Amino acid sequence: MKIAVPVNDNNTKTEICPSFGRTPFYMIKDTVSNAFDFIVNEAAESIGGAGIKAAQLLLDKNVEIVLTPRCGENSAKVLADASVKLYRTQGNSAMENFDLYEKGKLEPLTNIHPGFHGHGG
Amino acid sequence: MKRLVILSGKGGTGKTTVAGALIGLSKAKAYADCDVDAPNLHLIISQKAEPKKTDFYGMQKAEISQDICTKCGLCKVKCRFDAIKNQNGKYFVDMFSCEGCGVCETFCPVNAIELHKNIAGELFLYHGNSVFSTAKLKMGSGTSGKLVTEVKKQLSQALNDEKLAIIDGSPGIGCPVIASLSGADAVLIVAEPSVSGISDMERIIHTAKHFGVKIAVCVNKYDTNEANTKRIEKFCKQNRLPFVGKIPYDINAQKAINQGKTIAEVDCSSGDAVKKIYNEIKKIIFEN
Amino acid sequence: MAAKIAVLSGKGGTGKTLVSVNLALAANKAVYVDCDVEEPNGHLFFKPTTIKKEDIFVKIPSIDKNLCTGCKKCVEFCKFNALAYAKELIVFDEVCHSCGGCVMICPQKALNEKDKFIGTVKTGISENVKTITGELKTGEASGVPIIKNLLNKVKDEKELVFIDCPPGSACTVMESIADADFCLLVAEPTVFGSHNLEMVYELIKVFKKPCAVVLNKTTQEKNPSEEFCIKNGIIIFQKIPFDQELGELNSNGKIAVRENYSKKSLFYDLLDKVREAVK
Repeated sequence: MKIAVPVNDNNTKTEICPSFGRTPFYMIKDTVSNAFDFIVNEAAESIGGAGIKAAQLLLDKNVEIVLTPRCGENSAKVLADASVKLYRTQGNSAMENFDLYEKGKLEPLTNIHPGFHGHGG
Repeated sequence: MKRLVILSGKGGTGKTTVAGALIGLSKAKAYADCDVDAPNLHLIISQKAEPKKTDFYGMQKAEISQDICTKCGLCKVKCRFDAIKNQNGKYFVDMFSCEGCGVCETFCPVNAIELHKNIAGELFLYHGNSVFSTAKLKMGSGTSGKLVTEVKKQLSQALNDEKLAIIDGSPGIGCPVIASLSGADAVLIVAEPSVSGISDMERIIHTAKHFGVKIAVCVNKYDTNEANTKRIEKFCKQNRLPFVGKIPYDINAQKAINQGKTIAEVDCSSGDAVKKIYNEIKKIIFEN
Repeated sequence: MAAKIAVLSGKGGTGKTLVSVNLALAANKAVYVDCDVEEPNGHLFFKPTTIKKEDIFVKIPSIDKNLCTGCKKCVEFCKFNALAYAKELIVFDEVCHSCGGCVMICPQKALNEKDKFIGTVKTGISENVKTITGELKTGEASGVPIIKNLLNKVKDEKELVFIDCPPGSACTVMESIADADFCLLVAEPTVFGSHNLEMVYELIKVFKKPCAVVLNKTTQEKNPSEEFCIKNGIIIFQKIPFDQELGELNSNGKIAVRENYSKKSLFYDLLDKVREAVK
């Protein structure tokens, strides 16, 4: 199973990025191999609809769980339609949050914010 | 760090005049001008250093290679934005109308059309004693919301430990305003006591409420219509919005601005009024 | 006389509506078009009787689920990111720019088009002035389709048309002045005003439109906008002084020319100059 977290840098000590749609990278953990992978978020540069493109990127990588501090309504819709589950991260460390998730300590993300409608939120 | 955004809905109510004064009074070391269509804040808050300039890329624009084009006209038929013109037998793209959708590029039977990167504006970051972020959209450009977000991002990235950031917001009620608003802790609405001003004030309050930010209202040039000013005060009371003050029409304001100063820097009635407003708004921004 | 006069300014609140509304009324039989579709204000002065209301639509894709195979060619094509494919295709209406590309590209012809409401155009009458007002639904990205509709309505107009433009120099302003025969630039006497006058003057030059300036809210103080005009050889058609009487009329939604404003000759004189310029 693959778990994704929006992060600022492509190294394992990285901090979580506060924006889901415009994060520079996603850190993806494969729970079978326990390996970490980083992908560039091509949606970050979009003029509009970044959240939608970012969510599609993750679906194309077969991500099933997303850990994030926040998520907009457009990305949330795409992820929800694909049955991807969202959890709210705690603190800044990406690595720590993978751990917290596996220990069942993360709450589902319920507070979805309204979309920024094409102006690059 | 607390973020105060100044909005007005209608243009010309005095947003930048008030924002400039508040920046001076609060000694805020972080501020931004989000009116990327017509930025003006830099005219009253002079900057010593040269800014760091960054190109802002908007949607791509199409270009037709004349040597490959067979003038079949299919691109013109398919373009929904009327962006392909035919003059003197030549087909070319109108850069102002082109929205970068890529339809012409995809459907040209001879691959004569390509989308290219397009610089839609420029970002400026002044980093001296304080951090000032602003930008200018190139004329004819479309939605400026993304550029507004870049202005704010540029500000956030340059900051250290500031207590307060003041943002001169975009006029209007559309996407750039929403982009100015996001992440704000408090919004100060500068209202004009006119029928148009009140109408736009109500629309902007409606938009701001969606964001769950603290909203405060003040009136500029209040004595140009005291009856309307009273109407605004009443509206605020009915809607439980703090009314933080009113500024009189003051010829000295115009003088100050034309000298590149904020109204708080000169001895004048509008300056006195804005000082009172600052004291009120301080409480709202920093209260828990 | 048939002519289209666009009234614009780089900056908001300089007096575009004041000038265009008063000129339209002073002209006796004229058309007033409000292209500031995000915040139309002219109707607050005219209080027109609406004769016709038209809903304006743009096209957005609609999906035939039976034909969609999930190939995602449309998702890959869309430059605006308005499409996504989870367990089935999703269209994000508010992100779509109505380019029609996805419909054209779908190999299965699974996409058709449906209408999306983006705003209204209201045609009305106020005494001898025909008013045409565009209003964009809050949150919609582009007012350009509404402006196109507005201007199409006055394409063959035989009377004087005054086009109240949006502030700034973005694509909506360009669209508003595209068919103008003459441009009146309204400027206020501050560096804010002159700075933005400079901006919008650049725009006028690109479109090679003949123009003149109206200096509004003038005082005894130095006027940077006037200085800009003199320096650049731009003709000034009128100076409207800052005046409590005019300010109060305007802020109460009253049209100075209709209310017998003591200095209403300012607008009649301006109208004469405009008429002369477009002859």
